[in-house]
Amino acid sequence: MQSGQDRSAPAPYFSSAGLRIGARYALATAAGACAFALAFGTLAAQKGLSLVEATLMSALVFAGASQLVAMEIWTTPMTPAVIVTLALVTGVVNLRLVLMGASFRPWLAALPPAKVYPTLLLTTDSSWIMGIRHRAEGGADASVLLGSGLTLWIFWVGSTALGYLFGGLIPDPRRFGLDLILPIFFVAMLVPLWRGPRRAIPWVIAGAVALAVQATVPGFWFIVAGSLSGAIAGGFIDERK
Amino acid sequence: MSASDSVSLMALLAILGMAAATGLMRISGYWLMGHVPLTARVRKMLEALPGSVVAAIVLPIMVRNGVPAFLAVGAVIAAMLVRRNEFIAIFVGLAVASLARAAF
Repeated sequence: MQSGQDRSAPAPYFSSAGLRIGARYALATAAGACAFALAFGTLAAQKGLSLVEATLMSALVFAGASQLVAMEIWTTPMTPAVIVTLALVTGVVNLRLVLMGASFRPWLAALPPAKVYPTLLLTTDSSWIMGIRHRAEGGADASVLLGSGLTLWIFWVGSTALGYLFGGLIPDPRRFGLDLILPIFFVAMLVPLWRGPRRAIPWVIAGAVALAVQATVPGFWFIVAGSLSGAIAGGFIDERK
Repeated sequence: MSASDSVSLMALLAILGMAAATGLMRISGYWLMGHVPLTARVRKMLEALPGSVVAAIVLPIMVRNGVPAFLAVGAVIAAMLVRRNEFIAIFVGLAVASLARAAF
């Protein structure tokens, strides 16, 4: 018996039918993933990455927001200090994946770890929400995660290369607001998380601390400082209904 | 500088570092829930974390980019409230940003 398992729900399994369900879910959102990856590829080309480097980053990291943030930090030539900063900031930007993985525990705990962990390595915001939806509808097929993750990965990597090669045809990405794709995407993802003003107090604290640290401390520590301040505040705010 | 078909060793290390950090995030929450019972306080902190990360990243970018960024983000929020569809909202946000850039 694995710990954290939910024994009242249907037992989890993998199936080829689940792969197809996941792929179909992913196709519904592929246009957004493509637009995002095109923007990343375009930005990567401007920042001096090679085509192979940009495509490799999409293939191995496969986390759009952190890749866009990385382009703010990336330097050519690369230095050891920037490598460490990139890894730290990428981890912090992707901290939400820890929560998403945690939320999968009751569902997947009965499956062999050798199958669960490779599946988890494909987790994205979209495939996570697709899995949560499948589970909420009474499903237990872990292949939905695999199918949506793999489908999005193919579109993600392909669109990165296309953006790199042809994004330069857009004369000035700023004119189309493409340099603002990160805040636009994040805020769009944040709106459904709205649970009333009390739950948003940590967000305000996080934003204020980030602005203050950005003004006083060089580098990208403001992201870590703001995020942790918001989370700590969230732990101490009384959430009476 | 780097030709388009080359990979510098340092860039490769940077990409591998990012991949390792992201992979760790993807598996650690699942692993943790199997080993550490989370207290109510820690769970509340984890619940507040995603929105805090977004705020800590987005607000400084908005301040740096001024009026067009604020208008674009306002339009995204409005679009998400009207039609809860991320892709329509992103399109609206980009459109407002480009219009605002042209105007200001």
